[in-house]
Amino acid sequence: MTEATDRAALAATALAVLAVDPGGLGGLWLRARASALREALLGGLPAIGLPLRRISPAIVGTSLEGTPDLVALLAGRGLRPVAGVLDGPALLVLPMAERTPPATAARLAQALDAGRGLCLVALDEGIGPEERLPPALAERLGLVVDLDGIAATALPPPDPARIATARARLPQVATPVELCTATVAAAAALGIDSLRPPQQTLRAARALAALADRATVTADDLALAGALVLAARATRFPDAAPPAEADAPPPGEPAQAPEPGGGRMADAVLAAARAALPADALDRLGAGRGGRGAGGAGSGAARRGNRRGRPLPSRPGAPGSGARLDLVATLAAAAPWQRLRKGEGAAPLPLALRRQDFRLRRFEDRSDRLLIFVVDASGSAAVARLAEAKGAVEILLAAAYARRDHVALIAFRGAGADILLPPTRSLVQARRRLADLPGGGGTPLASGLVAARGLAQRARAQGMTPTLILLTDGRPNVRLDGTGARAAAQDEAMRLAATIRADGTDALVVDAGLRPHPWLATLGAAMGGRTLPLPRAEARGLSAAVAAALDG
Amino acid sequence: MPNAFPFAAIVGQDEMKQALILTAIDPGIGGVLVFGDRGTGKSTAVRALAALLPPIEMVAGCPVNAPTLADSPDWAGLTEDRRESRPTPVIDLPLGVTEDRVTGALDIERALTRGELAFQPGLLARANRGYLYIDEVNLLEDHIVDLLLDVAQTGENVVEREGLSIRHPARFVLVGSGNPEEGELRPQLLDRFGLSVEVASPAEIDARVEVIRRRDDYDRDPAAFCAAWAETQAALQARILAARARLRGLDAPDAALRDCAALCLALGADGLRGELTLLRAARALAAYDGAEGVGRAQIRAVAPSALRHRLRRDPLDESGSTARVARVLDEVFG
Repeated sequence: MTEATDRAALAATALAVLAVDPGGLGGLWLRARASALREALLGGLPAIGLPLRRISPAIVGTSLEGTPDLVALLAGRGLRPVAGVLDGPALLVLPMAERTPPATAARLAQALDAGRGLCLVALDEGIGPEERLPPALAERLGLVVDLDGIAATALPPPDPARIATARARLPQVATPVELCTATVAAAAALGIDSLRPPQQTLRAARALAALADRATVTADDLALAGALVLAARATRFPDAAPPAEADAPPPGEPAQAPEPGGGRMADAVLAAARAALPADALDRLGAGRGGRGAGGAGSGAARRGNRRGRPLPSRPGAPGSGARLDLVATLAAAAPWQRLRKGEGAAPLPLALRRQDFRLRRFEDRSDRLLIFVVDASGSAAVARLAEAKGAVEILLAAAYARRDHVALIAFRGAGADILLPPTRSLVQARRRLADLPGGGGTPLASGLVAARGLAQRARAQGMTPTLILLTDGRPNVRLDGTGARAAAQDEAMRLAATIRADGTDALVVDAGLRPHPWLATLGAAMGGRTLPLPRAEARGLSAAVAAALDG
Repeated sequence: MPNAFPFAAIVGQDEMKQALILTAIDPGIGGVLVFGDRGTGKSTAVRALAALLPPIEMVAGCPVNAPTLADSPDWAGLTEDRRESRPTPVIDLPLGVTEDRVTGALDIERALTRGELAFQPGLLARANRGYLYIDEVNLLEDHIVDLLLDVAQTGENVVEREGLSIRHPARFVLVGSGNPEEGELRPQLLDRFGLSVEVASPAEIDARVEVIRRRDDYDRDPAAFCAAWAETQAALQARILAARARLRGLDAPDAALRDCAALCLALGADGLRGELTLLRAARALAAYDGAEGVGRAQIRAVAPSALRHRLRRDPLDESGSTARVARVLDEVFG
């Protein structure tokens, strides 16, 4: 028995389990790129006996939820809804599922929750932990099968007669109480917080018992169900040693308080889940928690615009201001009105259009970047070096303009920080402001960071992706409240750096001092960004280095 | 919804249940925002509300669930004052819903086939006197959110478009749920919700087992499960009704008002909405508890829900808003 045949067998089992209880289990999360084995698995889907519908991650709302049939309406056949793919029981197949936008994922998830007998097979072709099925969807799909890296082997097709028997059997299958406890304990040991997976495990175990034509779920059913449902959702490895042999749980691992009777079975589930963990699972652990910080699916990096990008449903509005008219949608909006308007004695045109009929195109665009320059204008900065830094910023601004980035400028000096330049694309304005940069006073770095963070958050709310560039040559010596105290000011700046990192804002620290200061390197690391020491840098070298760091 | 999971059978999540019950006693508290991880029973609790709440009396066939014929809008065209009893509406607002479906729009079929200007009521009409539930509220499109907030504030839906000029009452409790990992809510939106709750799945194995066991029982035989819980559910409903009756006569002593104001001041909550919500929620809780008047016990119990989403973000305070409210509660109340 090799691992490959093992996992192929697991896939075949998953298919049979899904066929027994498609609505209850919600679906199958199939982690596999196109392969013969995947085709073999998909070839078995008709055995589930639901109408098969293939959908795309780019599916738009009207095809999901249905819409009135305008053609039939105009032809005088009355109002007939065109059914959306989410109406009624169906088996949906979603290829390239890792590319599903969060909003579509949430709608699919709602439909799966509604208990309409929908079942979804998501083909997750993602590579690496950051390309994954959206968590909202992954949560609803009970079964997980990973076929990556398995050489093609044949898959036994599901046996329709056996499935029919199992379906009839399913309502009578009983689950002993201690198995319930075991499932919960196993899920907890694998670090699975949500309560859906244990429920799905129990359902899968019941389907397995029904397939074996048993009236009661056994520990073996549960172990296999654990491998199908829990394994891939683990966020941590359970204890390697079986607790029966270990005297005490290892430090750092929360004691899982084995229930009487449930403990041993939980171990069986755990062992099965552990065996089913894919080889690269360690890298993937925790990836299912979703990207709270930097990286992730970049759901915030999408922006609605009206010029370019992927089309979104059109919206009513007046044409002009650069927006493009969606002709088909406009005609569709005007169509139902024609008879009424002709009655009003409208102009004898073939089509009676009104202002409210206009529909505008909208597109989803990759978000623009906002470069927030946080410039140290305190007295400690050598005048000449600051001038070079200004020159470098100007060069960067020019490049930023060419790349259609937005730029904001914050200067901190004396007792506080000022936003000298709100986010803009106007290079001229930016240049003038930077030329007038006043200097002198203390170094209130924390105030500068607070201002920058606020700006970054507002920018993110508008769909931009902020990047912070801190230009300084020394350590802070003024606190947030304007009082001077070097140690406290440093401490504040460091803590703020950590919050900026937690926000997921990209950051770059440029150390413009004569000698690179280790404290600034620490600060850069705390912000999760790089620190560039640039002693004796003239403007052009500085800008090149910053540009390289930004794009790299 | 036949045989929804009974509200009374939900294990734990006391703060969320308390917030939903308080809005059932006094809808004037405003909406409830439920934020938490997946699989913590957010949707289950909201969907269970309809079965828990007492039915409403309404004019039969009225699209906005009006209590009397006089309240029913003219465009509904009702003439017969026949009453019927319906479950409190709990309307689901699907993501990706169009503006037309929310506010209501021209009835296309009648416009086309009979050439008539007629209004087809939307979800706001159906939610009148009940609840409007938005799952994944942070993923809802901005223009829909703005529209909902406006209507929730004024209690009236005004449709001025496509040659229609329609207004109808739309008083509902807005319940939003979401997962903080999908994105934050705008502060302006946060502030409009009366109460906010953070939910997490229970940490103890026993509680988790109980959740799974009840859910499992329910899935196997919903009707029998609901029947088994009918008595507890009825008792809870009776308690809510009694609290509603008691609410009006309940006074808030000056000391309570002073406490609310002191709390909001100490927390630096913006505006006076925090105080008002805190007081209303505390009063509803006092009615639910059967207390003589609003006391510190009630204020303490509702303060986290009423205030945690109204704090200014402090960049240097890494502890969550809940911890800050708890700290200030201890400082102010000793």
